[in-house]
Amino acid sequence: MTAVQRRGGLLRFVPPFTLALFLGPLFAGLLWTLGPAFGYLPALGGERLSLAPWQALFAYPGLGNAVGLSLGTGLTATLLSVAIVTALFAHWHDSRLIARLRRLIAPLLSVPHAALAFGLAFLIAPSGWLFRLFWAPLAGPVPPDLTIVQDPLGLALIGGLVLKEVPFLFLIMLAASGQTATAGQVAQARGFGYGKARAWCAVAFPQLYPQLRLPVFAVLTYAMSTVDMAIILGPATPPPLAVLLVRWFNDPDLAFRFQASAGAILQLLLVAGTVLLWLGAERVIVRAARRRLMAGRRGGTGRFGAMLSAGTAITVFGTATAGLATMALWAGAGRWRYPDPLPSDWSLDAAVRHGPALGGHVATTAGIAIAAAGAALVLALASLEAGQRRTTANANGGRGLVLLYLPLLVPQVAFLFGIQILLVQAGADGTWPAVAWSHLLFVLPYVFLALGGAYRDLDPRYFRTGLALGRSPAALFWRLRLPLLLRPILVAGAIGIAVSVGEYLPTLFAGAGRVTTVTTEAVGLAAGGDRRLIGLYAVVQMILPGLAFLAALIIPAWCFRRRRGMRTAA
Amino acid sequence: MTGMPANTLELRGVSLRLGPRALFGPLDLTVAPGDVVTLMGPSGCGKSSLLALICGTLDPAFRASGEIALDGRPLRDLAPERRRVGILFQDDLLFPHLSVADNLAFGLDPAVRGRKARAAAIAAALDDAGLDGYGERDPATLSGGQRARVALMRTLLARPRALLLDEPFSRLDAGLRDRIRRFVFDHARAHALPTLLVTHDAEDARAAGGTVLELGAPQAD
Repeated sequence: MTAVQRRGGLLRFVPPFTLALFLGPLFAGLLWTLGPAFGYLPALGGERLSLAPWQALFAYPGLGNAVGLSLGTGLTATLLSVAIVTALFAHWHDSRLIARLRRLIAPLLSVPHAALAFGLAFLIAPSGWLFRLFWAPLAGPVPPDLTIVQDPLGLALIGGLVLKEVPFLFLIMLAASGQTATAGQVAQARGFGYGKARAWCAVAFPQLYPQLRLPVFAVLTYAMSTVDMAIILGPATPPPLAVLLVRWFNDPDLAFRFQASAGAILQLLLVAGTVLLWLGAERVIVRAARRRLMAGRRGGTGRFGAMLSAGTAITVFGTATAGLATMALWAGAGRWRYPDPLPSDWSLDAAVRHGPALGGHVATTAGIAIAAAGAALVLALASLEAGQRRTTANANGGRGLVLLYLPLLVPQVAFLFGIQILLVQAGADGTWPAVAWSHLLFVLPYVFLALGGAYRDLDPRYFRTGLALGRSPAALFWRLRLPLLLRPILVAGAIGIAVSVGEYLPTLFAGAGRVTTVTTEAVGLAAGGDRRLIGLYAVVQMILPGLAFLAALIIPAWCFRRRRGMRTAA
Repeated sequence: MTGMPANTLELRGVSLRLGPRALFGPLDLTVAPGDVVTLMGPSGCGKSSLLALICGTLDPAFRASGEIALDGRPLRDLAPERRRVGILFQDDLLFPHLSVADNLAFGLDPAVRGRKARAAAIAAALDDAGLDGYGERDPATLSGGQRARVALMRTLLARPRALLLDEPFSRLDAGLRDRIRRFVFDHARAHALPTLLVTHDAEDARAAGGTVLELGAPQAD
């Protein structure tokens, strides 16, 4: 095998290089946020360490409210999402319902957060679709005077977060169930007299949960520190902490950068504290559950729970889908007065008027997304291939996985300012390669996770057969691995493109306001309230990842149209 | 043990189809309390599916007809958890996230109330299995024979009304197989359980000492 090792020589350096490329900026960004948080930022006249930024931060009267909102909305949305998915699987794990919902979620997963948030807003606003359908027939042609979207408690924001995170956690749970053989154990537990849901919760869930934990923390981090969804759905005065911080970071008065940095560190501590709280709660729950388990109570039929869990999940998926449909209607709507459930005529006026500007943004968005996803694919493939050839455990186990998830476990606002400072010093801020690179931080984990599974699942005997036939590992990579994995590779690329298209904050910071994607532009439209234009941008946001997934479907099907064995593969 | 209710497992005209394929049947069978009936037949003839049908966990792709009754009561409309049918598979299916004692506690009938009574029942089961003091062990650290005995104890603690055995001895090595076999059959008889054994191994059938039924090869029609 020495020949193999020698040929894999350069590849050996890829995994550490990959980690450095995307963890380096993360830590540097944190460090360069920590400096200004303690008054050190020579470029803005901060030469000495001081606590002044923290004093300014805590002197801000709305801070308590902002922190409370972040914590309340983030934690509630995460708990709800986990509960909905867990209850669904507990009651329906062996049914066709799961498979049917799976088909519904694919489009939802690829839609940017912002588009989904707009969809919900258009659906539940007092003049939105729900009121047109159910309120107007009863109460007449005047929309009710209610604050539903951007309500002070952040309920609409919680709703939006749940719509986006339930499909994500659903997919994770599905993947975990597929990898863990618990079906026989659950059947065994039912043989002992346990009801279906209780048997699943006691036997399968504890074994699946470890695979859920990091994704749940990623959800928690996002929910507690989202900016784009909070701008669209959350309260404005006061806003959640992360939105407040972005306002300060963009204030014309540069002095605000210091207290904003202190706030960014506070946001980081807030998320870290909540994660610790969550871990503590896990232990308490495990202990209580074990005591109940030891008592051996079997539980009832759970028919009510089954109805409730299915109803909730279907409502979530249905609401998200209906929201997206509303956006599409608005994009093509001509006249559409309040109580009418559908536009009275159709027009492409918005598209024609804004076409040129939109075209430019689409080109920028697509270029950045393809660059980020392409780079992520190359890095992920090279790392996986390096792991494969050295036949060591690849980065998908234990500590490697935590490192991979790290950019998703740190609130974006906590390190993007530091990255911006570094980019300014390098003279690269506001360029599209800088934006693409900042996206890579968030694209790479997803691409890596998506590809890792496929790489592991590919029968290693193909590779061994190839070696035995006298081919070099490099030749086998190009002639065997790449074609065999064409579909998962393209799917991983499409996932990367979807992630990149949806990024808001990294574009804002690394682009320094000079690089505009369809997502930053759409979020910017939130305040204006031009529904046709917002609808148009949301549709474009949906189409771009959609095209990528379509390509991932069509290209392999065409390449292997005469190969029946490739249709079921991967 | 005494005072166990006498249960009889009855199958009346039971047949099984998978799509266009008739797997077997119609099958008539009565298993008296404490008797072991052995089902043999080639792979794919539906032996294991029959056991799943009795448990209530058969894949909906199968079509079953006929009547199955336990102690005179039809099982058809009972949820799997209401049937009280114990089953042992080739894999012992001990829950890997629970200790040996917790695995047993999970199975133990909820009618046994109170921490002390439950702990005593578990200790007695461990003792019976020759595993005194193994309660806190991780099931993964047990030998194959020990795991098989824990799995049987866990099933018996749930106080089943019938016992199904789906090739439970095939993974054990030859020396062990005979002892575990005797252990399982002795307990089934002591608990007066009607027992249905599915196996490829003629030696199993001989050791069971009861009726042996041969299920035919699947036929297309």
